[in-house]
Amino acid sequence: MSDLSGSEYDVAVVGGGLVGSATAWGLARLGQKVALLDEGDVAVRPSRGNFALVWVQGKGLGMPEYAGWTKRSADGWTEFAALLRDQTGIDVAYDRPGGFFPALSEAELEARAQQLQRLHNQPGVVRYDYEILDRAALRQELPFIGPDVAGASYCPLDGHCNSLRLLRALHAGLQHSGVAYRPNRRVERIEARDGGFRLATGGGEVGAGKVVLAAGHDNIRLAPMVGLDAPVRPERGHIIVTEKTIPFLRHPVGFIRQTDEGGVMIGDSFEDAGLDVGVRVGVVSTIAERAVRIFPLLGPLNVVRTWAAQRVMSRDGFPIYEQSATAPGAFLATCHSGVTLAANHALALAPHIAAGRLPQEFDVFSARRFHVPEAA
Amino acid sequence: MFQRLPNAAAERVPFTIDGRPAEAQAGDSVAAALLANGVQTCRATPVSGAPRAPYCMMGVCFDCLVTIDGVGNRQGCQVRLEPGMRVETQDGKREIGL
Repeated sequence: MSDLSGSEYDVAVVGGGLVGSATAWGLARLGQKVALLDEGDVAVRPSRGNFALVWVQGKGLGMPEYAGWTKRSADGWTEFAALLRDQTGIDVAYDRPGGFFPALSEAELEARAQQLQRLHNQPGVVRYDYEILDRAALRQELPFIGPDVAGASYCPLDGHCNSLRLLRALHAGLQHSGVAYRPNRRVERIEARDGGFRLATGGGEVGAGKVVLAAGHDNIRLAPMVGLDAPVRPERGHIIVTEKTIPFLRHPVGFIRQTDEGGVMIGDSFEDAGLDVGVRVGVVSTIAERAVRIFPLLGPLNVVRTWAAQRVMSRDGFPIYEQSATAPGAFLATCHSGVTLAANHALALAPHIAAGRLPQEFDVFSARRFHVPEAA
Repeated sequence: MFQRLPNAAAERVPFTIDGRPAEAQAGDSVAAALLANGVQTCRATPVSGAPRAPYCMMGVCFDCLVTIDGVGNRQGCQVRLEPGMRVETQDGKREIGL
């Protein structure tokens, strides 16, 4: 592998997970000369452990622009998946049959309905269809729900994909379009110099006109090097996957979905555990028990694997996109929905970075939103 | 392909393979019973459909998965054959109780 010393690029993207890969892929598509600097296998890698939803419903309560940004990405996913397939031959198995979010009591269903209503009552929020289904209506769609299921919300915009294949397709596409992917290059220092940046890595120095920080949890360390702030924290989630069964569930159902290859994934735990990705049996039992209450037919299935991964969460749960005020060629991109937002990162965010400026509509995503209450 | 040792003389156990009557011996695992009955492949893999047969015979390789009495993905080498068992070769993904 070639050394980076003396290399010059239009953009250096730091972080080879879904956010960095999708952004780098989008930049390369626009003809930018891109270096993608990644850590090695010791890195915390949420992009290898996620649940693979392309999910819209319920997102953006408290920040209506995030609802719009999410919907825009989900709407762009069909084109995005087609571009990846045409370029790499890899089918990322994107399907958009609409998603259900189940409730295990009348109170839960009512709370869900109110949450979605509040979301849609926000000024300026993007409108989209959703329904609240009671038990009888839900049984029409999913006849095998358990006796405890009170109903569900449904949104036709929700879907899912094979997220491991997504990461692979992005990296195949990067290689295809000549992006210099460089693993084992932890960025130690970034200096703004001569209108560009010098990035010092364990494997040499790289020069670039622009820098995109897409390093997930490591953005905390990197952002201050270019006058930015990335207040994110890890939030652990567990995932169970069962043996492969005949297809019975096309719709993603919140924290339960059947993959294109037949395994059933069960997820949705939220734990504050630092960067520890160890698996806790108690958590696994709890999420398995809840899944079997929703779909009793899952009960006899064997579990083949469980794992945990770390969401990259900002304080309000919304993404951060920001351009440095002191080093304007430096950008920060972080979110916990690297799959859902991949289409936007590739097709909507990358063009602005290529042009060197985030437009005003991104101001709402700035980390400055966290500073206001602290100053008040 | 496989033959029993000449001194192996145990109680006969009737069972079925894909609905056909078959016979093996008390103490056989389901996987051994299939092999003794000349079954060459016991399943097709769920994604590529490649044929598989019992291999390690000690619970490790999971290649001997079969459907036993209606329940799929059972490890044939880890299940003792019982009289009347319905053993089915498994074509791809296991069933789910719909």
